[in-house]
Amino acid sequence: MKGVNAMPVRKTRYIDCDILVIGGGFGGCGATYEARYWGRELRIVLAEKANIERSGAVAHGLSAINCYMGMRWGENQPEDFVRYARGDLMGLVREDLIYDIARHVDATVHKFEEWGLPIMLNPETGRYQREGRWQIMIHGESYKPIIAEAARKSASEVHNRIMVTHLLKDRTRPGRIAGAIGFGVRDGHCYVFRAKAVIVAAGGASHIFRARSLGEGMGRTWYAPWSSASAYGLLLQAGARMIQMENRIVLARFKDGYGPVGAWFLLLKAYATNAYGEQYESKYLEPLKAMVGERYALSQPMPTCLRNHAMLEEIKAGRGPIYMHTQEVLDSPKKEELGWEDFLDMTVGQAVVWASQNIDPKEKASELITSEPYVMGSHATCSGAWASGPEDCAPADYQWGYNRMTTVDGLFGAGDTIGGSAHKFSSGSFTEGRIAGKAAVRYVMEQGRETPQIDEAEVERLKGLIFKPRETYDVWRNEIVAGSVAPGYITPLQGLLRLEKLMDEYAGGISTFYMTSAPMLERGLELMTMLKEDLDRLGAEDLHQLQRAWELHHRVLTSEAVLRHTLYRQETRWPGYYYRGDFPRLDDDTWHVFTASRYDARTGEWEMGTLPVHHLIS
Amino acid sequence: MPTFAYMTRCDGCGQCVDICPSDIMHIDPTYRRAYNIEPNFCWECYSCVKACPQQAIDVRGYADFAPLGHSVRVRRDEVSNTVSWKIRYRDGRLKEFTFPIRTTPWGSIKPPSAYPQPDQEALDSPLLAHEPEALMIERLPVLPRA
Repeated sequence: MKGVNAMPVRKTRYIDCDILVIGGGFGGCGATYEARYWGRELRIVLAEKANIERSGAVAHGLSAINCYMGMRWGENQPEDFVRYARGDLMGLVREDLIYDIARHVDATVHKFEEWGLPIMLNPETGRYQREGRWQIMIHGESYKPIIAEAARKSASEVHNRIMVTHLLKDRTRPGRIAGAIGFGVRDGHCYVFRAKAVIVAAGGASHIFRARSLGEGMGRTWYAPWSSASAYGLLLQAGARMIQMENRIVLARFKDGYGPVGAWFLLLKAYATNAYGEQYESKYLEPLKAMVGERYALSQPMPTCLRNHAMLEEIKAGRGPIYMHTQEVLDSPKKEELGWEDFLDMTVGQAVVWASQNIDPKEKASELITSEPYVMGSHATCSGAWASGPEDCAPADYQWGYNRMTTVDGLFGAGDTIGGSAHKFSSGSFTEGRIAGKAAVRYVMEQGRETPQIDEAEVERLKGLIFKPRETYDVWRNEIVAGSVAPGYITPLQGLLRLEKLMDEYAGGISTFYMTSAPMLERGLELMTMLKEDLDRLGAEDLHQLQRAWELHHRVLTSEAVLRHTLYRQETRWPGYYYRGDFPRLDDDTWHVFTASRYDARTGEWEMGTLPVHHLIS
Repeated sequence: MPTFAYMTRCDGCGQCVDICPSDIMHIDPTYRRAYNIEPNFCWECYSCVKACPQQAIDVRGYADFAPLGHSVRVRRDEVSNTVSWKIRYRDGRLKEFTFPIRTTPWGSIKPPSAYPQPDQEALDSPLLAHEPEALMIERLPVLPRA
């Protein structure tokens, strides 16, 4: 796009609103819908980096809803779900937040069905077709466009193609949110949002660890490549308290395409073996008992990280490839169709792997592998912000304000943003958005009469910072003939590759089989300091590259949090997600707590500590 | 599986540019046709393929692990509300599937402001919109405070 990037006149657009929602994925769409339901007269503005019709982690579609209780049929109660998520996360979750999502999520799913999402029914029971205990099967190719329609009808304005780079604080009260700033990826203007409450529903982090695939294949990460850690990057800069940033997730999926395995394991009852046909998981129970203790090793179902651990041990022992035996279960045309739809609805690339490698799942097993690590708050992992819990059931020290409000006054979160509440997935993220949306309306009605004032000097400073990579490129570009090697700047991609290499080699990526230690993390932090300094010298050729530059800023700050949290927790809590070689066992006496951090953007200093884990359900 | 546009079919309308979640479908300023500016940031989500009115966009599997000779084509139709797939294997085998995408007409969702305005009591309660009816159980579960 060289033609349109000849630096047009840059304007500053001010947008005033009561509630600003940042990120139009499932969390943001839920927040927008719910805020409108309760706040009929309020100005509710949704800002999205791409186009909400197809944005966020569900842009592609989905083949299942992974969080549905089925309370109407007495299938599960919210307490059951809390026990499940707690077991899967090796004991460390915010039970109040998970309970809160679980008790509301059925209403969300029923609304999705009313809006037109095709949910598969069990012909025998007439109920939703279960994939597993918590999952239901859908025809979900248009899951996101359906949800986007509801959000569009709820927002006062939707601003697509706005990359939000920073949150803004009140001029006189530094603990109070006042809005956000960013730029238009199409028009190149600066956007300043002035808001009484802000809900961050941005994405978690792909591409902070080196991906297994190379070149073009870099795009086929398991989590979307556009999930650029803004959920954490924005909050860290604003000084919000974060928890569990070490709790990265590694996924066992079909190799290279990263197609989902849930329907194959749970619904079609396929099984995985090593290369010699052996089902290997049970033989790791005894060693796992020694590593993490009986209580966690025997947790049912087996925690995701421990299943990863078994697979990794098999691969290390040379007994790979690991195979999913699809050919054993596709014994009818209906099942074959189900298996294919599972991919075509949400991971078309896996179908391409099969077509290109001549693998017919009816005839042949398919390889499984563990992915590169990701940092998220919505899947089988729970990194994110420390949030105030539901008023009617959160313990006193989990509660200081409105539901899902962070430690910054007036700043709310949903989806990947909020820490401690794993297993939200699509329906739970939308539900958490609804919870935050209602709470933000109450906040605005009760606290927000006094409009916060942004600091114009700070806006001017940030404007300079935001567009600096464009200027850096224009200035230093003239020093070289052509090409990508320049002494004065690095491109966003060059910076990203340095980040991924650093995290991979020092923070427990694929190249060390997820192993790290204090000396490795400390060396990683030394290199990270220099990478952070070099971010001042990013060069962006055009507005697209400027978006990439700010995505990299968010990823780098998030990665630093991952390094520091990983260093702080002196145990191996989730073997199969990562290992501390210097503390190879789970240590419940000391570490049955959340790790917590707060970043001071002005000084660059981190304050580390712990927060208590309360068990509310037996 | 990065996307690419067939030169002879693309008319440069820009719908792929508008929809791409990764902001990587752009219009070539010289040829006025769409192209993928960053194949290594393509998630092969098919959003652009489905949005293209000319069926001009196709995909070729990621070069680092997908051997050549395959094709996965799609047609998404918002009138019949179906999505149809045609999968051609490297060895020529063919598979075809059609799935539903929506059970209601596009644009038919009732906006939240079309429901009766909730009262202050509801606002102060833990209930969300449409609850408890939409839960399809009598009342919202509450956890006894520890």
